[in-house]
Amino acid sequence: MIAESAENQRIVITGVGLTSPNGDSLSALRENLLAGRSGVSKYSIRYVGDTLAGICEFDELKYQKRKEVRRGTRAGSISVFCANEAIGDSGIDWENTDKSRVGIYLGVTEHGNVETENEVYALKGYDYDTSFWSHHHNPRTVANNPAGEVSLNLGITGPHYTIGAACAAGNAGLIQGLQMLLLGDCDVALAGGVSESIHTFGIFASFKSQGALAAHEDPTRASRPFDVDRSGIVVAEGGCIYVLERLSDAKRRGAKIYGEIVGYAMNSDASDFVLPNPARQAECIRLALRRAGLKPEEVDIVSTHATGTASGDAQECLALREVFHGCERTRINNTKSFIGHAMGAAGVLELGGNLPSFEDRMCHATINVDQLDPECEVPGLVLNEARESGSVNVILNNSFGMLGTNSVLIVKKF
Amino acid sequence: MNTAEIREEIIDILSDIAPDEDLSDVKDDVAFREQLELDSMDFLDIVMELRKRHRIQIPEEDYGELASMQSTVTYLEPLMKDLERA
Repeated sequence: MIAESAENQRIVITGVGLTSPNGDSLSALRENLLAGRSGVSKYSIRYVGDTLAGICEFDELKYQKRKEVRRGTRAGSISVFCANEAIGDSGIDWENTDKSRVGIYLGVTEHGNVETENEVYALKGYDYDTSFWSHHHNPRTVANNPAGEVSLNLGITGPHYTIGAACAAGNAGLIQGLQMLLLGDCDVALAGGVSESIHTFGIFASFKSQGALAAHEDPTRASRPFDVDRSGIVVAEGGCIYVLERLSDAKRRGAKIYGEIVGYAMNSDASDFVLPNPARQAECIRLALRRAGLKPEEVDIVSTHATGTASGDAQECLALREVFHGCERTRINNTKSFIGHAMGAAGVLELGGNLPSFEDRMCHATINVDQLDPECEVPGLVLNEARESGSVNVILNNSFGMLGTNSVLIVKKF
Repeated sequence: MNTAEIREEIIDILSDIAPDEDLSDVKDDVAFREQLELDSMDFLDIVMELRKRHRIQIPEEDYGELASMQSTVTYLEPLMKDLERA
């Protein structure tokens, strides 16, 4: 059990950097979540036309030169912004930190589609003569690009790579960072997830063909997990990177500690390309609880994965009803209802949106539920308005993805 | 294009490739790399932009001709003398 481990085998969160459609800092995101404000807006992209998206408005030039922005990718810029913000927030003595002992572990749902689509689009103007294909294509589209841009920007010489885990990738990035710290592979882990997916028309077109792209005349009402009239996913961009350290190191430097990762689990459905499997999801949740040495009734807040699709939300609720049956204190919410589905960043942004509840003792809601779908009825769902929750000690964060990849992370107040 | 126009065109390309640089004082007889932060990918960008804008194909063995403004303009003069500036 993780909580009984020695302090050099316990991992804590000591810094947060994020950009989301609802704010570019933890405090801004939290304020909007508690106020019930949506960050979804109108959006247009080639071929698909008018649609909706969660768009980030962080200042790319805060930490990058214009040349770096031009040469790199949107995911790279998001990563660089979040990593710098996280390091600043952690209060770590960065100048004197051994950069060879820093690791970068970022979850991505996909990477390279944006850049490939742009090149093919441009190539059309040259009658598909590939001598006009950019030499920047490969460094932009290699799967490690977002993490690599952080390494270049911050001079980090420890390991950097991305973890592909569909929409479970954010949690997977955190889990990877945690594991590398436990293995002694690094002393500081920059771990989380990022997404530039709103810049690829393919993701919108594919969800539309699947009947899973949200539409609503009011953008702020479009992302509506658990509502009977939900129409699908609002695609969002964003990123969230955490500074993770061993508890022993964090204590030694007197770091502010947001919380301790006391449980985690990943497993696979092995049943379908897109349809989730509630039995495997429930197993994943139970495994994380077992590793944390916690009972379901000790969880104060469950941050759901629900994306607003017809079957996905109902399947997750099946899993939740099974695991949290009789847990009267447990609150259940959903951050995607505010910001849309930030893909590789989803899990980590949703965890971030809930972390301040340790201090403010509030549970943000899931908004846009005008009529709760009977299939999504779960005791403890916090509908439409944030609720005072008394003491919050444990947050359980679900993140599931296509091809049946499941991830659960449990963070405890320190 | 005359030599002055070719130089202007190169400055315009450089302003895209190196947007953080001050290009008002580029010395023609000094290597680009000694006065600007340019790497090999940037030089490939110059090659690509000339290809895209003017359909000029520069063979790899001639890349060294793009070392300075002076050598670049000298190299491009016969290739661009019949072109109009866009």
